[in-house]
Amino acid sequence: MTVAKIWVFGEAAGDTVSNTTLELLAKARTLADTVEVVTAAGNDIAAAVGAHGASKVLTVPGTDGKLLGAPVAGAIAAAIEAGTGPDAVLLATSYDGRDVAGRLSVKADAPVITNVVDLVERDGALAGVEPIFGGTTNVVTKFTTDKVGIFLVRPKSFAAEETGGGAAAVEELAVPDLGASGAPTITNRFVEEKTGPSLDDAAVVVAGGRGLGEKDNYQLVEDLAKLLAAAPGASRAIVDAGWVPYSYQVGQTGKVVKPTVYIAAGISGATQHLVGMKGSKNIIAINKDPEAPIFSVADLGIVGDVHKVLPKLIEALQGR
Amino acid sequence: MNVVVCVKQIPDPADPGALDPSTKTLKRDGKLILDESDSYGVEMALQLVDAAGGGEVTLVSMAPNSEVGGLRTALAMGAAKAVLVSDDALAGTDALGTAKVLAKAIERAGSADLILTATESSDGYTGTVPEQIAELLSLPSVTFAKEIAVDGSTVKVQRQTEAGYDEVESPLPAVVSVTAGVVEPRYPSFKGIMAAKSKPVDEVKLADLGIDAGSVGWAGGGQEIVEVAEAEAREAGTIIEDDGEAFGKIVEFLDDLKVI
Ligand SMILES: Cc1cc2nc3c(=O)[nH]c(=O)nc-3n(C[C@H](O)[C@H](O)[C@H](O)COP(=O)(O)OP(=O)(O)OC[C@H]3O[C@@H](n4cnc5c(N)ncnc54)[C@H](O)[C@@H]3O)c2cc1C
Ligand SMILES: Nc1ncnc2c1ncn2[C@@H]1O[C@H](COP(=O)(O)O)[C@@H](O)[C@H]1O
Repeated sequence: MTVAKIWVFGEAAGDTVSNTTLELLAKARTLADTVEVVTAAGNDIAAAVGAHGASKVLTVPGTDGKLLGAPVAGAIAAAIEAGTGPDAVLLATSYDGRDVAGRLSVKADAPVITNVVDLVERDGALAGVEPIFGGTTNVVTKFTTDKVGIFLVRPKSFAAEETGGGAAAVEELAVPDLGASGAPTITNRFVEEKTGPSLDDAAVVVAGGRGLGEKDNYQLVEDLAKLLAAAPGASRAIVDAGWVPYSYQVGQTGKVVKPTVYIAAGISGATQHLVGMKGSKNIIAINKDPEAPIFSVADLGIVGDVHKVLPKLIEALQGR
Repeated sequence: MNVVVCVKQIPDPADPGALDPSTKTLKRDGKLILDESDSYGVEMALQLVDAAGGGEVTLVSMAPNSEVGGLRTALAMGAAKAVLVSDDALAGTDALGTAKVLAKAIERAGSADLILTATESSDGYTGTVPEQIAELLSLPSVTFAKEIAVDGSTVKVQRQTEAGYDEVESPLPAVVSVTAGVVEPRYPSFKGIMAAKSKPVDEVKLADLGIDAGSVGWAGGGQEIVEVAEAEAREAGTIIEDDGEAFGKIVEFLDDLKVI
């Protein structure tokens, strides 16, 4: 084992545990003797994370209606100070994961290794693997001090795997006085209704880009997605243009997807888009420019006009 | 109301990046421009000051070689002045070191009611600097804002979440990070561009901020790149020109994979 103890930041998704938490647990088990979950989600997730190899759930109390960055980081830092903390903390690159990592990094005066897609051992220490240039190059970074190792890991970097363990024991962490940093309060939560398969777990994703020409043509993507029971996705260009909501965005600042098939229609394949979909098992690209970088990752590339190819494809599938 | 906006000046993203072979970090020696991600924070700040009916927008930036290219763009949009930290000892500074420098620069800018950043920079994209600044200044923070309104000494933020968004209230002063694309950054007018040339840029060194050079730069980093390697490349696929029948190839491909 590379280190003695890893803490995974456990996040809720609705009333269960998020899949990224389970992904991190799967990796953490291969790196540390003791794997524990620190969470604001309370006891609710103890059974689920226990079944994925966590021996303990450390809850951070008093977070109802609060942002999680300050209290969770405060609790972890207090434990480190008391000598009961972990050697490393793994967090997902999520809204709350980043908040916790940033606050904790200052409290522990330790840097964060970000955009991690794999964790490896280098010279007896944990190191993070980060893809750059759209995933064509990997950079391996390790810490040079013996302070806590903070890693922000991209979703879908590992596969979640059950161990069959029982529910994890639950313990409460102490939260120090947070002063002003604990002040923000959530006054209202809005859930955007989504129908159909989600980008996170659909077997097929059909994504459209600026090559569709105009907003109304995104209907072609929706139609094709419906026929394939696929989740519709988008490049940032058309999200920024307001054609589709942000939740459709695939890429560095959007979702990471790894479906069986990813269909990119009228997407150039900018590095920031590629990092979000390059891990798909099969990639089909339709682009009128034979030089488009998307073709460098495509298993099947069609050099052609989306306005010609998509309607015919839709018609052919409707006929089946 | 006074708003401080952190703006990063970066190499033009249209230029392909390259690693410096000796330091294994991105080269940043050419001309730098305003990171597009920060143009939303600048616009948001200008709108908030407008709505408050008084106050000004101050920029804070850390950049090599006394670079002011990106600052002039934001000044031309309407910011009043800037603090620029430029010091050779900063080469190799990581996100935590950057936050330490920016926190001191924000203090130097003076009496900010609100501090805005982007959620992540285009070239570094660690996404940790905003929260680090907040912690260093012992301030509350709200990240991933898509809408910001100030009501007296309270800031109300719509914060993006996995499920949708949360409405969050925080007392001021506070740090808020602004999501890209949520406002339409204004184009600097000709008058704005001319005016920007004479707006004050307070250029400072580490010593002016009371920061020990050993706590930042390569030495202060606490992390080290030990390896740079080509990632496993995907196997080359089949590329065909559409002759009107290429859709059939897609159907075949999907059939083989049993997804239809
Ligand atoms: C910090 C940062 C983060 C980013 N994060 C993301 C991210 O998460 N996700 C993301 O997607 N992008 C992201 N981007 C933006 C990214 O750099 C690109 O600008 C974006 O992906 C381009 O979208 P696009 O491919 O739809 O548009 P374009 O690059 O404009 O490409 C359109 C493509 O359509 C093709 N085309 C045009 N007409 C047709 C036609 N009739 N038929 C077929 N093909 C046609 C063109 O040949 C072209 O290749 C980010 C950028 C930055 C700086
Ligand atoms: N050198 C810098 N100068 C000014 N602002 C910065 C700098 N680095 C980061 N920031 C701010 O912090 C945000 C997040 O940066 P990062 O953590 O690098 O993704 C940026 O979008 C900027 O608003």
